[in-house]
Amino acid sequence: MSSLGSVHVPLEASVPTSIPEMTAAEIIQRHSLLVRITHWITTFCFLALLVSGSEIVLSHPRFYWGETGNVLTEPLFKLPVPSSRRLVPTGYGYVLPDQNGWSRALHFQSAWLLALTGALYVISGILRRHFRRNLFPQKSDLSRQSFTRVISHHLRFAPADESDAWSYNVLQRLTYLFVIFVLFPLVIWTGLAMSPAFDSAFPATVLLLGGRQSARTIHFFVSIALVGFMLAHVVLVWLAGFWDRMRSMITGRTQERSEHEQTLAS
Amino acid sequence: MSKLSRRKLIVTGLGATAGASAIGVAARLAQKYGLVAPDHGGLYGPGETLTYASLRLLTKHSLAREFSRDQISKRPLPNEVGPFSEEFKRHQAEGFANWKLTVDGMVAKPKTFSVSQLKSYPSRSQITELVCEEGWSYVAEWNGVPLSHILDLVETNPRAKYIVYYSIEPDWWESMDLADALHPQTFLTYGMNGDDLPVGNGGPLRVRLPRQLGYKSVKFINRVTVTDDLKKFGKGLGSSSPEGGYAWYAGI
Repeated sequence: MSSLGSVHVPLEASVPTSIPEMTAAEIIQRHSLLVRITHWITTFCFLALLVSGSEIVLSHPRFYWGETGNVLTEPLFKLPVPSSRRLVPTGYGYVLPDQNGWSRALHFQSAWLLALTGALYVISGILRRHFRRNLFPQKSDLSRQSFTRVISHHLRFAPADESDAWSYNVLQRLTYLFVIFVLFPLVIWTGLAMSPAFDSAFPATVLLLGGRQSARTIHFFVSIALVGFMLAHVVLVWLAGFWDRMRSMITGRTQERSEHEQTLAS
Repeated sequence: MSKLSRRKLIVTGLGATAGASAIGVAARLAQKYGLVAPDHGGLYGPGETLTYASLRLLTKHSLAREFSRDQISKRPLPNEVGPFSEEFKRHQAEGFANWKLTVDGMVAKPKTFSVSQLKSYPSRSQITELVCEEGWSYVAEWNGVPLSHILDLVETNPRAKYIVYYSIEPDWWESMDLADALHPQTFLTYGMNGDDLPVGNGGPLRVRLPRQLGYKSVKFINRVTVTDDLKKFGKGLGSSSPEGGYAWYAGI
């Protein structure tokens, strides 16, 4: 990580409230067009995957560990919900209508769009130094004092710093990196591991996860983690100023930014 | 927003044109090499097409995972079947002695096989996992005759592209492409774990297509038809699954 710190302009590191050295065109923009487009396609796909994934789970709301699992084997855990299949003992006296057909079709179509969008985002993020500039923690951020400061700031429910409108703090950076480079790859991996065709071509996909049912269970928990991220993300955006943050992710501009410029200019 | 420069406009224009042509060429090639699923239309067509084309290319020669004997599930789940038709019940009462499999369509020698005839051909076995689209699964040893052996016996026309197969139960039929039909693990299955295939698991005769989900492994098979055009069957979507909202290709 030490090499990452060296790419940053030293000015940033020593004076936290100063703005990074950028050209005039970059200063006006909070989020690039590509980041905004991929953000909203991802949002749309994620919600579609969530709805369709929940529907699919209803056809078998039981989870197992290892290679195999069915209603004749002991589950790791069961969800306390009714099922869309008569065969599953749920304790509910009724069976939900089968929605798996369109759910599966929507799930895979959204997964394709999300994976392609994600690939575009990651490739361009590397080429255009989006990750280096905006998401990798700065060297000064990785000190204990810096963490303590940001965490205590959050625990006091203090209002967002002015600087938060145009830059990410260290917790945000680490969370986004975790979501982009750990959770999303893991949810795609565990999803593919459930494909008998994909497994036939690349058996390690499922073998490394300890079997098909383990893959399904991990897929479920990673999805829960992603939903948790989404909820926290929306709540924090709300606390930071919903409309300004929405505007900066839709139009690219931020109000606070221009105010900041004004104070600098004066 | 940054101002649009002429250079940006030209680059974007060229990019869009190249992209559109690439999609056009890809569609042509996909059609030519049989990478387009029969249910490629509609709202979810793009996803189905991407899934089928990419997995068909990736799984050209791959084998479904096989398991060791000690990984065989102790209680292979008989999924919901029935209520059975009168015809099936009659065969069941006769111990399936008069069960017939008819193989017809684009073949030189259409033929009808009894289960004991099928058993007289070289028997193969595979220990593979049956995976339901709902999420559950079990591992069993499946005994049967490779479908390719039967397709050889009836002298399948080289122009054939798909194999359509029917359950004796009404409105239950599927189809697979030739790559799957000639695959060494695609069986006409009559045995499980060393015994006759139980009715609950699809006996007396079931297709096994282990690189796809369980619903492609149709139970109670009594007819196989060889064809070069799936449009002639049912609503033209390839099988009864897409007619009920499920994908024709079930590799995932």
